[in-house]
Amino acid sequence: MRSLWRTVDRPARSLIRALCIAVGVAGMSYGAAAVAAGLPLWFPVALGIVVLAAGSEFLFLGIVAAGGSPATALLAGLLVNARHIGYGFSVADVLGTGWRRIRHAHLLNDETVAVALSQRATGHSRAAYLACGLGILAAWPSGTLLGGLLGNSVPDPGALGLDAVFPAVLLALIMPALSEPPVRRGAAAGAILALLTTPLLPPGLPILLAGAGAALTIPRRRHR
Amino acid sequence: MNNLGYLVGAAAMLAAGTFAFRLAGPALGSRISVSDRSAQLLENASVVVLAALVLTTSLTEDAGPAGIARPAGVLLAAVLLRFRAPLPLVLVAAAATTAALRLSGVP
Repeated sequence: MRSLWRTVDRPARSLIRALCIAVGVAGMSYGAAAVAAGLPLWFPVALGIVVLAAGSEFLFLGIVAAGGSPATALLAGLLVNARHIGYGFSVADVLGTGWRRIRHAHLLNDETVAVALSQRATGHSRAAYLACGLGILAAWPSGTLLGGLLGNSVPDPGALGLDAVFPAVLLALIMPALSEPPVRRGAAAGAILALLTTPLLPPGLPILLAGAGAALTIPRRRHR
Repeated sequence: MNNLGYLVGAAAMLAAGTFAFRLAGPALGSRISVSDRSAQLLENASVVVLAALVLTTSLTEDAGPAGIARPAGVLLAAVLLRFRAPLPLVLVAAAATTAALRLSGVP
């Protein structure tokens, strides 16, 4: 674990550290909200460990807490998580093979894929992926547990401005990739498409649509 | 929320489905060989999707606008990143800007 951490370069390390703190605090407010909605504390904690995708968990429990059926919550959660299929293809080599691949795949999420892609040039993608993934796996459920125990006295992530940290972390990680004009063009098109469709479509779908922007990132085939 | 069994079943299926999504790429990727072009396209697709997440999570909340404070914090982060400011500074500045705006009543 120590050597893994030392393999990751300094900027990535500070980013992972900040991310885990933000994830922990977000987990606390999520745990407190779940308990306030009448769920037993073990439930959001267990959900955090086995699903390990915060956005879908918020949505799942939000729908259930609002009186929606678990089946509706399940479908909504799956739709939000469908983007992981694409992530898996782009970091397949980082995950390894056999049992290792199965263990490593569980850590796949927005931040770990972004960290892995950002470390491609350094050759330390796997170490960065694992450090970030294991950090989130530790911080998210333990934050949830702590928040559920503390109840009303947990800090409000909004008041701390932590909701700005998550997009800022992802932006920092994709910034180098965006320095290539074709990628920047595709990203801008995809992001605007997602933004425009967000009020119209169920959560998750606009993000999947954005992936179509990738078609703009590959220059036309040239004769060499 | 009286039917905990039903809820736990749905949660287990969410976990299983999500894991299947995560494993699909690596499991299929090792069986089918893709051209360099397609591999590059898939990698770019992840960057595009992440960019879309940055924009939508900065500007929207539950399909509506997220207010001013959060986008202002993220915008400052973008500017600082552009000028290659150290990451801890970027993240602290983003959170502090958003927090300070909220404290002063900006939504």
